[in-house]
Amino acid sequence: MSIPADVLRLPSRALRLPSLKKLRLGSFPIIPATILVAIALIALFANQLAPHNPEVGSLTARFKPPFWLKGGTYQYLLGTDQLGRDVLSRLIFGARVSMVVGITAVAVAGVIGTFLGILSGYLGGWVDQVIMRLTDTWLALPALTFAIFLSAIVGPSMWNIVIILGITYWTRYARVIRGEVLSLREREFVRLAIVAGCSKWTIMRRHILPNVINSAIVIGTLMIGVVIITEATLSFLGVGVPPPQPAWGLMLSDGKQGLMVGYWWLTVFPGLCIMLMVLSANLLGDWLRVKLDPQLRQL
Amino acid sequence: MMAEAALLELDRLSTHYVSAQGTRVVRAVDEVSLRVHAGETLGIVGESGSGKSTLALTLLRVLPPAARIVSGRMMFEGEDLVTKTDEEMESIRGKRMAMVLQDPMASLNPLFTIGNQVAEPLRVHEGTPKAKAWERARELLKAVRIPSPEARVRQYPHEMSGGMRQRIVGAIGISCEPRLLIADEPTTSLDLTIQAQYLNLLRDLQKQHNLALIFITHNLGIVAKMCDQLAVMYAGRLVEFGPVSRIFNAPAHPYTRALLSSIPRMTEADQRLTAIEGQPPDLSSLPPGCSFAARCPQAMPQCREAAPPVFEPEAGRTARCWLADPYATAAAPRAVVGAA
Repeated sequence: MSIPADVLRLPSRALRLPSLKKLRLGSFPIIPATILVAIALIALFANQLAPHNPEVGSLTARFKPPFWLKGGTYQYLLGTDQLGRDVLSRLIFGARVSMVVGITAVAVAGVIGTFLGILSGYLGGWVDQVIMRLTDTWLALPALTFAIFLSAIVGPSMWNIVIILGITYWTRYARVIRGEVLSLREREFVRLAIVAGCSKWTIMRRHILPNVINSAIVIGTLMIGVVIITEATLSFLGVGVPPPQPAWGLMLSDGKQGLMVGYWWLTVFPGLCIMLMVLSANLLGDWLRVKLDPQLRQL
Repeated sequence: MMAEAALLELDRLSTHYVSAQGTRVVRAVDEVSLRVHAGETLGIVGESGSGKSTLALTLLRVLPPAARIVSGRMMFEGEDLVTKTDEEMESIRGKRMAMVLQDPMASLNPLFTIGNQVAEPLRVHEGTPKAKAWERARELLKAVRIPSPEARVRQYPHEMSGGMRQRIVGAIGISCEPRLLIADEPTTSLDLTIQAQYLNLLRDLQKQHNLALIFITHNLGIVAKMCDQLAVMYAGRLVEFGPVSRIFNAPAHPYTRALLSSIPRMTEADQRLTAIEGQPPDLSSLPPGCSFAARCPQAMPQCREAAPPVFEPEAGRTARCWLADPYATAAAPRAVVGAA
């Protein structure tokens, strides 16, 4: 091998991989990430972790308080609800609903929004007009009311909720991605691809998409919180995940009468879970936004 | 040279920009006729806004939406490119006719490796399998004198110097062995030593592949060094066309003469730089006569009345100027030349 000396001093391939070191962990939000990972693991191993069946209760054990209160037992660590179902088990299985709905709905919205945003921004002309007017119309609709309307039509089920949230929230992606594509389209490397004979589709797939995927990921993490809240709201309003399936929003809804007579554990625990998860997702999203910002990223 | 058919022949080609309401028409390229043979280098010079870049975009048919090719023919290897469909043009672009853009520094996608980008035209046009295209990419990098191409193909654009990126863009240009390479001000963003290197490289590549080069520039020094033929554009029109040496020695059009005399010279250090007085005309409302008449030191009354047609002052040269009219009364133009 006769490689000139100056080449030998170049960073090797291994160093250039986006290692954790390169991302400079200094500001990495450890607590939110831990919470999210924990919730994900809990959702994954719900069957092994839950001490009771979340959908079957015993009516002899209704409204048991958490174990540290008078009347509580270690059998039901966080108490039981109006049907005698274990609150902890329901929270554990509810994590599964929130995780699945949160991530897949964000992914569905992301795919639709990114696709339409790229088409709109790159093709321009009437395609752009049609997609952007559609987006304007969509944004003018109150999102929650629209989601309620849709779920009233297609009926409640977890996967219907995913699709409903997906087609409610794609507009945010489409707007942002279109804006990015408009500036990317004028970049020299896109023009070079044009004069090199690449078709529009090749350019959109190979040169535009990889350059906007960062933004899509950032919007996605920030959207997870919004989507989980909406899922909980829909479940609370009775048009979300159908009972007896345990969802955090549904648990809030079921527990609201109990709140008046002091059964606070029925609402406080699912509420805390929702808050923790949304807060963690948002903090992680903020961090990613800064990390992936092309201005701050070292390229 | 004249015997063989030209690789590219433009015949009264016009490209106009039309405003949205259709009320304003900008004649960016107006009735341009010229020829380029294989292995030949054509320099296109002119002021900013004279239609040089629009002409290049017209050749590749990558015009912005507002621009139309309104008339004329572009014969390339015996086929008229004006009548081709967009799909047919996609298979010509990058394969038989390639282009190096004005700012090669920004012409590489920051997210892909060099090898990936050099291999792209091969994979798009010839469906070359990945491993073979990368092998070829390494050869191309070697051809454009990138040291240790084996290591470089796996690196990203930001790890390269400006001159290297420039040469890589050149490698992408020649990757499918095109017959014609269009370089739109390829050296404006480079410093002088790298400019010279790059120009030498282009010349070597041209010799090896019998490539025809079209050089768009406003640097007449580069034209003198690189080009065989010269096309001078003014206000969208081709005012003079012919072999470089003959045009430099005896320009037929006053605009060419003015351009040549505005080159700063070492020998006349005590003189002020010669500038061409006035501004180029608005391309959407051209005067009825010659578009250069208002700035021309030798303008005659007839120049303001009728636009000069294309004259052929000698074989292989054309000029759009009444002074080049062989049938003009000998007295009138001579008198003007004498006075000037």
